[in-house]
Amino acid sequence: MELLLQADHDGELDVAATAELAAHLMGCAACRERQAELAGLSQRLRSDVPAMGASELLRARVAAMGVSRPARVTSRRPVMWGAGLALAASLVLVMVPRGDDGLLDAIAASHIRALQPGHLTDVVSSDHHVVRPWFDGRLDFAPPVKELATVGFPLIGGRLDYLGGRPVAALSYRRGAHVIDLYIWPGEASGSEMRSGYRVLGWSSGGMRLWAVSDAEPGEMEQFRRSWLEMP
Amino acid sequence: MSGFAEVVLPHLDAAVRLARWIMRDPVAAEDVVQDACVRALQYFPTFRGGDGRAWLLQIVRNTAYGRLARRGRSAETEMDEASLEVADPAPDPEAMMQQGEAIGQLEGALAALPLELRECLVLREFEEMSYRDIARVTGVPVGTVMSRLWRARQSLIKLQAGAAS
Repeated sequence: MELLLQADHDGELDVAATAELAAHLMGCAACRERQAELAGLSQRLRSDVPAMGASELLRARVAAMGVSRPARVTSRRPVMWGAGLALAASLVLVMVPRGDDGLLDAIAASHIRALQPGHLTDVVSSDHHVVRPWFDGRLDFAPPVKELATVGFPLIGGRLDYLGGRPVAALSYRRGAHVIDLYIWPGEASGSEMRSGYRVLGWSSGGMRLWAVSDAEPGEMEQFRRSWLEMP
Repeated sequence: MSGFAEVVLPHLDAAVRLARWIMRDPVAAEDVVQDACVRALQYFPTFRGGDGRAWLLQIVRNTAYGRLARRGRSAETEMDEASLEVADPAPDPEAMMQQGEAIGQLEGALAALPLELRECLVLREFEEMSYRDIARVTGVPVGTVMSRLWRARQSLIKLQAGAAS
């Protein structure tokens, strides 16, 4: 009877059971009292416990995750896939990264977002012994984290970012007044292009692709790349 | 514009609320939800459409439990393990009152409920989820959801009655 009362309170009873319960309640003061207790508690929980929700920062980050996904996914209609084979095919489509062209735009856009106040780092430290373990459990690979302060690029910290439909490591370095973001995930990269006024420079090392993006001078970007490769 | 954002963003507040009540820590809650969304993005190709709320909250719950487990023998773990060992884990009303006074009586009492009762109650009362969806999120049968809800509510009702008298 208790769970029946509760199911009624939670709107889980069908019409017949509701009618049956109503008939019982007419003649049972004890159950009416329990019913009132349940109603009173629900009402107090909803009025006395402060509501809360996601911060704007979190909302923006999650929205950004969606943006960096391949556009093809947006037209996905589960009913249309039908057989398992079609589903498997869709998985493959989703996993294939877009060409580097869209990726370079996404890297520049991510860098611009990161430059907004408070967005740059999830873990703030110039010590790679702090930054590297922070990525454990957050990524399915271990990004190489190097300190380059001795060659003029102090490490600011790291964060998770989302590029090409997957989570990637992002490290932030400082060069004078400029911020250099370095995005790292498995694969290969190469190239140097301007996107939205920022230079995007890519290279590969140790099975990882690395994309640096900044408004620093091209010479300084190249020096950053060389310093990274030379640093053990 | 993305399928992922359309599915996840409407339920982000619910995700943060659930994580907050599991972790009992608003800052950790946002962290948990961000990690959960990264996972959700990876699982998204297998999302079968429909209401994404139970799907997302299930991932959020698993992420939060993972975080609690990694904390090792923290206060949360010890408390919930201890409460699980009792045959009927009705929390000690006096202890709940003491905790409750610090952060608002009812809110504190809710936070003091054992984790498995607390998560069922917040999903029902704050998210108004069906028993079936709560069962899906928490990974237990509907009957278990019903008895956990009942125990959670009776704990709070008794406490309120005690406070009033």
